[in-house]
Amino acid sequence: MTDVTLTIDGKQVTVPAGITIVDAAKRAGIDIPVFCYHPKLEPAGMCRMCLVEIGRPIIDRTTGQPVLDEQDQPKIQFMPKLETACTNLVSEGMVVKTQHTSEKARQGQGEIVEFLLTSHPLDCPICDKGGECPLQDLTMRYGPAESRFLYDEKQRLAKHVPLGELIWLDRERCIQCGRCIRFQEDIAGEPVIGFDKRGRTTQIITFTEPGFDSIFSGNTTDICPVGALTTADFRFGARPWELTPVTSICSQCAVGCNIVFSTRREARAGGRIVIKRVMPRQNEQVNEIWICDKGRFAHHYLETDRLTKPLWRRDGDLQPTSWQEALDLTAKRLSEAGSDLVILASGRLSNEDLLNLKLLADMAGGQALLYTHMGGGEATTLFGVSRGFDLGHLGAGDVIVVAASDLYEEAPIWWLRVKAAAQRGADLIVANPRQTKLDRYARWVVRYAYGDEAQLVEKLKADSGVSQALAGASRLVIFFGSEGVGQEQSSTLAFSLAQLLQENGHVAKPGSGLIGVWPRPNDQGAWEIGFRAMDDLAEQMRGKGLYIVGADPVGDDPALAEVVRAARFVVVQEIRFTETARLADVVLPAQTYAEREGTFTSGERRVQRFYAALPPMGETYPDFVITAHLAQGMGYVLEGSSSEGVFNHLARTVSAFKGLTYAQLAEAAEQWPITGRAHYYFSGTVHPNREGLGVALSNAAERGEPLALPSVEAGPAQRPQEGEWLAVPVTRAYDRGSTVWPSRLLTQRIGQAAVYVSSATAEALGVAAGESVQLSWNGHQVEVVVRIDETIPRGVLLTPRSCGVPLFEPTFLSVEVANTVRG
Amino acid sequence: MSLAETYPQEVQRILAKYPPEHKRSAVMPLLYLAQRRDGYITKAAMQEIAEFLEMDGTEVASIVGFYTLYHDKQEGKYRMQVCNDLPCALRGADTFLEGLCENLGIRLGETTPDGLVTLEAVMCIGACDRAPVFQIQSPERITYYENMTIERTLELIEALKKAQGETT
Amino acid sequence: MAHILLRHRDIPDIHQLDVYRQHGGFEAWQKAVISMTPEQVTEVVKASGLRGRGGAAFPTGVKWAFMDNRNWPHYVVANADESEPGTFKDREIMEKNPFQFLEGVAIASYAVQAHTAYIYLRGEYWHIAEWLDQKIAEMEAAGLLGDRLFGSDYSLRIYTHLGAGAYICGEETALLESLEGKRGQPRIRPPFPPSFGLYGKPTVVNNVETLTNVPPILTYGAEWYRSLGTADSAGVKVFSLSGRVKKPGNYELPFGKTFRDLIYGGGGGILDDRPIKAIMPAGASSSLIVADEKALDTPLDYASVRALGSDLGSGSVIVIDDTVSIEWVIRKTVHFFKHESCGKCTPCREGNYWMLRILDRLERRPKKEDVQLLYNVARQMQGKCLCALGEFAIMAVMTGIERFPQDFVDSSQT
Ligand SMILES: Cc1cc2nc3c(=O)[nH]c(=O)nc-3n(C[C@H](O)[C@H](O)[C@H](O)COP(=O)(O)O)c2cc1C
Ligand code: SF4
Ligand code: FES
Repeated sequence: MTDVTLTIDGKQVTVPAGITIVDAAKRAGIDIPVFCYHPKLEPAGMCRMCLVEIGRPIIDRTTGQPVLDEQDQPKIQFMPKLETACTNLVSEGMVVKTQHTSEKARQGQGEIVEFLLTSHPLDCPICDKGGECPLQDLTMRYGPAESRFLYDEKQRLAKHVPLGELIWLDRERCIQCGRCIRFQEDIAGEPVIGFDKRGRTTQIITFTEPGFDSIFSGNTTDICPVGALTTADFRFGARPWELTPVTSICSQCAVGCNIVFSTRREARAGGRIVIKRVMPRQNEQVNEIWICDKGRFAHHYLETDRLTKPLWRRDGDLQPTSWQEALDLTAKRLSEAGSDLVILASGRLSNEDLLNLKLLADMAGGQALLYTHMGGGEATTLFGVSRGFDLGHLGAGDVIVVAASDLYEEAPIWWLRVKAAAQRGADLIVANPRQTKLDRYARWVVRYAYGDEAQLVEKLKADSGVSQALAGASRLVIFFGSEGVGQEQSSTLAFSLAQLLQENGHVAKPGSGLIGVWPRPNDQGAWEIGFRAMDDLAEQMRGKGLYIVGADPVGDDPALAEVVRAARFVVVQEIRFTETARLADVVLPAQTYAEREGTFTSGERRVQRFYAALPPMGETYPDFVITAHLAQGMGYVLEGSSSEGVFNHLARTVSAFKGLTYAQLAEAAEQWPITGRAHYYFSGTVHPNREGLGVALSNAAERGEPLALPSVEAGPAQRPQEGEWLAVPVTRAYDRGSTVWPSRLLTQRIGQAAVYVSSATAEALGVAAGESVQLSWNGHQVEVVVRIDETIPRGVLLTPRSCGVPLFEPTFLSVEVANTVRG
Repeated sequence: MSLAETYPQEVQRILAKYPPEHKRSAVMPLLYLAQRRDGYITKAAMQEIAEFLEMDGTEVASIVGFYTLYHDKQEGKYRMQVCNDLPCALRGADTFLEGLCENLGIRLGETTPDGLVTLEAVMCIGACDRAPVFQIQSPERITYYENMTIERTLELIEALKKAQGETT
Repeated sequence: MAHILLRHRDIPDIHQLDVYRQHGGFEAWQKAVISMTPEQVTEVVKASGLRGRGGAAFPTGVKWAFMDNRNWPHYVVANADESEPGTFKDREIMEKNPFQFLEGVAIASYAVQAHTAYIYLRGEYWHIAEWLDQKIAEMEAAGLLGDRLFGSDYSLRIYTHLGAGAYICGEETALLESLEGKRGQPRIRPPFPPSFGLYGKPTVVNNVETLTNVPPILTYGAEWYRSLGTADSAGVKVFSLSGRVKKPGNYELPFGKTFRDLIYGGGGGILDDRPIKAIMPAGASSSLIVADEKALDTPLDYASVRALGSDLGSGSVIVIDDTVSIEWVIRKTVHFFKHESCGKCTPCREGNYWMLRILDRLERRPKKEDVQLLYNVARQMQGKCLCALGEFAIMAVMTGIERFPQDFVDSSQT
């Protein structure tokens, strides 16, 4: 687009055509106050706060040229009325006078503030927004010393209205700006809150069960310009100015949303520093200014039921011991294991932790295995998105494929951004065995049967529309997830999708590539560092010396429980006392990522730093430090003094990380929209990003490395035998996993353990919704409630992972109707 | 029974008015149908219409709340809506309304004890030259009564009562 | 003179299709489709000087010519929301002379090449919607609506759509929102409906009365139409006369007749022959006119009424005599606007609420300062609202206090 030049408060500014006057002013460093306008939303022009004087050059109709005055300057005509700066677009030669230079604008804005205050309570001293509220600030600036509106005539409205169990509404404070409603409709695509009534009685309502049923609901509390919407987690929790913001990265999925922990020393917690809330931090390339409710509300595990002391098994029981004794014993036993050492770690750990673990395994001649239900990392390390990838830049001409992933549940912010890209014109292809929330935005929806993942790429190619789109894509981005697949199937799928990229010429194209929708924040980092996943994990671990870090195989899988029970020696390094820890010989208490610093590599291969928000709990240490100490005891040398030191080692030794520096990760640049709470424009409470935008890894093709993938023979899909049913695991955002479950706020949304089937399947099974069934496989049994979901193909049982049925891979099982009936 | 089952022809006729990709336009006429079926607009009906038109229930509720001719509560079977806006008030509408309240023994907004008539005041209904006027909104339709007197209004209520007695 | 719009007053059965046709009905429609280009139709309407009768008085032909021809389909929407207090003219036209109105809708549709037209009626006009549906069906049966009309390529369908009780839906963009199945709240303008209207497509929105003028204009020509009325305001207008007059009702007059002609001629003078005190020429949205001799002799045309410090608007003349307090009048109008404010923009939502609170207070314990405050709040709303409703709401308040100060002083002494 071309640029236009205009004058705002006497200052000449040149900005892109097509932007609004408020945005142009903002770029010129001038804040025009707004309430209803939000740079991420379409202008609504409702609140009338942004009134300014606008003059436009008079154009001679015959010549089309501006009419000039005596000084040869274009004559400017001002409108008699003030106009809204949020709905008027800039134009060449325009002259704008804001409240800074126009008494009329200043007065008009002051009058709007007074109108807003006729209904708004002056309860700033007890309002959660107090201290970061633009209405409060503007009242200070314009505030009529005394209200001309009689206090006793103010409307009395409900002040504590739960819109659901997560978000509360104060009807008196709401200024009807509609930001929350427009966010839900336009950005989240879930219009589950709305205005009821009209005029002065207009109020926010929700109709869903549970109330405000959207995984993005918390964002409305950030952009609500007043204290009308608050989270159940934080409301009345603290005053904003008492809080210390600490930079971090969300660890609930692979997106790597940039966040801030607001912390405070709290008497109720015995004088400890605690996390009071989680808020988004702006990173336009990753999460813009949003986070999902899981990231916002599921932080309590960081501070609940933590391990604080090393334990060792004495007389059959786990008992507290000293670090020295625990480390000595562990080092001795792990040395004895020699090449029988198996290190099992998960993508919950930082790059630094994983590097030390990998190095230890290498030095000891053992194995470093990734604990995951999802494979395909060999493909993403080679074909992962290249540098310059930005979901926010995808649009017309680009193609996005989402395969075997319920993105809304697996990675909500990616769902949001893929949806937005599709709405901007990118061609979206969704391939999934059942309907998902993304289908609505797809140009093509491709269905296949659970179990036929290996044939999926052929199926895509067979559709002429799809294959043409793939061939013509300017950029091609492919997401694959773990809908209905286990490790083996997802690897096969990933390899075939990688080939699809290759065949369509997208291997080293900037902005194209493959993305794994991993379950954990740093799975990608683990793959890059060299961890491998094994689909016969039980076999790999049988009879070995096990060093299990950040993983709970016993709690997850009864088959693995047996293996751990029978292992030679088990050391568990954990933050909480897991089922696996229960069986350990030694338990080493680790710090959570919120107690230390480090880096994660997100699914889109961005390396980002997090910082210590909380003081270490008890006698805990960072994982990489513990590993370094163990290594020392085993006679090896590992960096253990600082996270930065380990990262430097990583940057020297692992090819994808080559050349990176720790400091570089902390570099920030100005982003649009400009956030920050000292401004009248934009407002909201989203944090600006001054602590680093992270750095994208190069991919193998960019580095010119060979791109060979292991060849996989996908046999024909297995079909259930007579009397068997196919159970497919899927991922739900709110599960019973140890990083979600401790947040009691989410309990209602997690619901009870259940298996989901279509009504046809239920009929074939002879059960009704709400009745229980007994599932049996490989000698394991579990009883769960049946729920109906018509999107599930016939004959298939959907078993969400970590929700009561310990299945992580598609499994054939038998089903019997149980006698118990539950609600 | 669903609206499409109860009023198959009407639903078809309504849907045919709007381009298929804009079927949301049918929300207002469908709400009238729901009001006809249930006497007022129930939460279940809003949900039903929402699903039918691929909207969210909240959006439908938000429309019901905006327009005054939709009612989400059960009240009198007939809503007697007297205009007492400026032009009618200049011709005695306020006095007429007071007289009605006295005769019916209820206040504005209340319903007669037999649950038949709810008395309401409304803004101008476009019959200013024929005050006193009111409209009666029943679940089925809206009917104007113009140049009314208290006596004729009471007669009308009696007639409605009778008709009610006959149908039940 | 024979009526041009209220023709049923001369030909009572004109609502019957054959009667309407016997009197030249649908000849203009047929002529347009068969022998005129859409541009020619628009040109005739432009040349006639016809201005919108919905209140804003925008030149109708000019509006049609604004339709964006790069974006299709086009729509025509007849605005039959008629909710301004004191307005009941569209109702009489639709009830008594429905075919002339429908013919106008059809011609407008042809002129902008719309194949679908909607008539948006206020929800209370339930019986009229049924009635029009019946008339539309008769037209379809007679081959006057439907596919390939009169052997041409042109097809047209007309549908009715009922609102549900919201004055704001008379505002054209709120009307379109409502027709799209949303809350009837006005859109930001620009863009205007001829470039971004129903479903985002170019749309002409015209008032019922405006459209009813179109068939005679096409039949008798622009010159003829201009010869009626005044230079500034061509043609005829239906005035809804209400309030303290002996014979309230609709009166069709050429522009240029005076208030006196309307009120004392047609209207038969003031009830009980009291002195007239004030005139509201545009319903509740009016600036109040002090009804002195000069005012009574003012011609009813857009420019003259404006020169009196008011606006002709929709021509809904409410007459107020000396028995009525202006403070009471504005309590009524403010009550109306507070009830009808859609709530979208701050000044209208809060200002109306606040004004009504002050008026309630004035009624309880009259105080001069509160009159001043009332005036200030109104002034504070002025020029800041998202649509004209908020601006309408303060007209009577400001002019009432300015022009009838004695009514407020009086109440503060009682
Ligand atoms: C608050 C408000 C209410 C209105 N109500 C009506 C109405 O009831 N009928 C109408 O025809 N125009 C009404 N209008 C005017 C319309 O917005 C629009 O100008 C008109 O329908 C255009 O048609 P016309 O050019 O034929 O007058 C209203 C405008 C406003 C601001
Ligand atoms: S709750 Fe907040 S964001 Fe929503 S309309 Fe009210 S003030 Fe605006
Ligand atoms: S009207 Fe411009 S910010 Fe609300």
